[in-house]
Amino acid sequence: MFDVIIVGAGIVGVSIARELSRYDLKCLVIEKSSDIANGSTKANSGILHAGYDAKEGTLKAKFNVLGSQMYEEICKELDVPYKRNGSLVLAFDDEDTKQIETLYERGLKNGVKELSIIDKNTLLSLEPNLQENVVGALYAKTAAIVSPFELAIALAENANENGVEFMLNTKVDKIYKEKDHFVIETNKGAFKSNYIVNAAGLFSDEINDMLGGEKFRIIPRRGEYCLFDKSSGNLVTRTIFQPPSKKGKGILVAPTVHGNLFVGPNAREIDIRDDVSTSREGIEEIIRGANRSVKNLNLRDIITSFAGVRATPSTGDFVINIPTKNAVNAAGIESPGLTAAPAIAPYVVSLLENQGLKLYKKANFINKRKNTKLFINMTEDEKRNALSVNSLYGRIICRCEHITEGDIVNAIKRPLGARTVDGVKKRVRAGMGRCQGGFCMPRVVEILSRELNVPMTEILKSEEGSYILTGRTK
Amino acid sequence: MERDLVIIGGGPAGLAAAIEAKKNGIDDILILERDKRLGGILQQCIHNGFGLHVFKEQLTGPEYAQRFIDEVEALGIDYKLETMVLHLSKDKRITALNPKDGLIEIKAKAIILAMGCRERTRGALNIPGSRPAGIFTAGSAQRFVNMEGYMVGKKVVILGSGDIGLIMARRMTLEGAEVKMVVEIMPYSTGLKRNIVQCLEDFDIPLLFNHTVTKIHGKHRVEGVTIARVNENKRPIEGTEKFVECDTLLLSVGLIPENELSREADIDINPITNGAYVSELMETSVEGIFACGNVVHVHDLVDYVTMESYLAGYGAAKYIKGERIKWEKIFKTIAMKGIRYVVPNFICPQNIREEVNFYMRVNDVYKNVYLVVRDKKGVIYKIKKNHVSPGEMERIKLSKEILQRVDEELVFELKEVEE
Repeated sequence: MFDVIIVGAGIVGVSIARELSRYDLKCLVIEKSSDIANGSTKANSGILHAGYDAKEGTLKAKFNVLGSQMYEEICKELDVPYKRNGSLVLAFDDEDTKQIETLYERGLKNGVKELSIIDKNTLLSLEPNLQENVVGALYAKTAAIVSPFELAIALAENANENGVEFMLNTKVDKIYKEKDHFVIETNKGAFKSNYIVNAAGLFSDEINDMLGGEKFRIIPRRGEYCLFDKSSGNLVTRTIFQPPSKKGKGILVAPTVHGNLFVGPNAREIDIRDDVSTSREGIEEIIRGANRSVKNLNLRDIITSFAGVRATPSTGDFVINIPTKNAVNAAGIESPGLTAAPAIAPYVVSLLENQGLKLYKKANFINKRKNTKLFINMTEDEKRNALSVNSLYGRIICRCEHITEGDIVNAIKRPLGARTVDGVKKRVRAGMGRCQGGFCMPRVVEILSRELNVPMTEILKSEEGSYILTGRTK
Repeated sequence: MERDLVIIGGGPAGLAAAIEAKKNGIDDILILERDKRLGGILQQCIHNGFGLHVFKEQLTGPEYAQRFIDEVEALGIDYKLETMVLHLSKDKRITALNPKDGLIEIKAKAIILAMGCRERTRGALNIPGSRPAGIFTAGSAQRFVNMEGYMVGKKVVILGSGDIGLIMARRMTLEGAEVKMVVEIMPYSTGLKRNIVQCLEDFDIPLLFNHTVTKIHGKHRVEGVTIARVNENKRPIEGTEKFVECDTLLLSVGLIPENELSREADIDINPITNGAYVSELMETSVEGIFACGNVVHVHDLVDYVTMESYLAGYGAAKYIKGERIKWEKIFKTIAMKGIRYVVPNFICPQNIREEVNFYMRVNDVYKNVYLVVRDKKGVIYKIKKNHVSPGEMERIKLSKEILQRVDEELVFELKEVEE
């Protein structure tokens, strides 16, 4: 019997899990895919929005501004990259100028700090690679960037170290009440829990239906992205938005915390919720969009393109409510969901507490992770120390990102460690570089096979069925 | 640590350069190789066809490599394996890393860059669709099959007719896989004619020109690809799409010289080749740093890599001994009509050993043309070619005597043969 079961190990689920791990509780996170952050969180823009987009009074506005203020501390605690690079919403004409003034006003009402409107000259001195026809911009100094999946994995690891259990590859089929607790039937057996949290992202409406909550629907909207080589990483230093339209925030151009550049996303409603395929038209659309904002975009530097799907709720705002007694929905958390997640978490916990969940603070809560530094990020002294303890740090496996075998073995041995090639890639970036795993993928398969003591042929790229090798040669 | 000559890369280029430098009087040489053994990518090229020019016989990749490895050993040239160079500066300081020594700092009198190249990926092509397992560059598939002994798929489509793709079409077929087709966006192959005959035609594997893969299907593992015919702008033609069922897509769509270290050392890079601009002795724009092999430009034949690398080794030896003449009276080589690029890029005639091999690629398929070399005054050299193709590198050898008379620049171009 668990005190709380959380369905979904995306950024929302793991933020709640970490929050609950502060208390003396028996918690379990159930995730249908093979790893943390394999749904919408994986292909998120990684931008921590300042909070001027969402209409005042909405949950989106409230949690966005709060969450944005919490991240710096969280990222420091968990030792994941965080960069307060600021964001700019460009204006190209009078209409846009009115729009950014509206956003400015809204930002003030939402409580966003360090917000200003800047003129063309100031703008171009900050960002010389913008198109010359810009006329001004809304400048939000508090906007930041993170690596969404590294962040989610760090939160999950930390929750796990503090006692939260995780079941991966576990899909919820049915939920029902038995006496005063829930029974959650999955492909891996049934689990009992007193409380349940629905953080199932793209499938949160289905879980809500199982719980018998008030109906809402998830309207999956796909967004495509292109990632550029680090040689393009200095094109802009701030996150560059276009004035918002009905379809969303427009195409953005932004640096990543690791020094790459990315452009995207577009927005297209799709039929199949987890269809993350890209299209020629979509890629061309985002390139066109990016070229509206910046000049000198070097398309030869594109190293990969990918897509993610937003869990857009039919209600227009985050669905954070009580679907049935002893349950909480944290559903339909689309943009600015990543930014809002750390603020949503304590709110969800308070909703559980209001329904009777007893919260006793753990005396021995560990708020930091251990042994998280990549070799490449170490100081010279740290490098020499690491090498003297573990010679695997001396063997570079990913040539593009300079990731060592020591880093990869670490990623596998960590709490909730990597079990797949993509799992290694998400944790330590092996295969993220310009050759996209061309050189290191065979080596990563070997290392996974050795460390997990399973045959090479059983190593997967990501989900069940994503086998890499088909057998031995003759 | 201080060294006279450090060679980055222990593949065919680095090995040949080391041997020649040693033979020219340099004793303090260190080769840094990132893999577990010397030989580079040749070690996974277990087919034969290597060595026709250098040894006048057909060798497999590992056999070809072994001849050089044996010579390096016999000459007592020092090398470090599993050693990755992390940084290179223009004042010839190297930071490298390996499991045995940890971090290594080396100051070299001269450096030879021989890092080779890497394969273009799906991402660089921006092929739309899903991102399942089962998409491999031909080289990483080759590593799995030939080095690790694992098969990467059963039903295979190959995009691109580069040589590694062609070789892998045959290899996968011999291992029992069904290679459905090779799809090439250009109207001609980028691989060698002999590989098309021996690897595709002999196995009845169709080669579709003017076609490309427009979409990848499959959620977890590749389930198929959509192919389509392309127009003259290489855009897919609507209505020509066809679904091809397969579980594997191999990519053989080009090689890119690995010049991250060269860029870090501020070496001038030719945007056409993606390799360094080099002199008659394979010296880059940074004095004392030489380059050779696929890191300069992508070769079809390892034999030419070897010859070019001997020259780099000789050049580096001259430089270390202070015998390399300063670049004063130099001229440039220029690729004009029909020629994409020429290597080397600048020539100081006094430094030429006996002759210079000029390597070049044409920009399209041409029939019955003259390959012409001229300077300000007129034609210096001319050869008739029945057929030239971007997939086959051309080579012209000019003597020191001829080159000493060149006026200002040396232009390479194609001229139509008049009927």
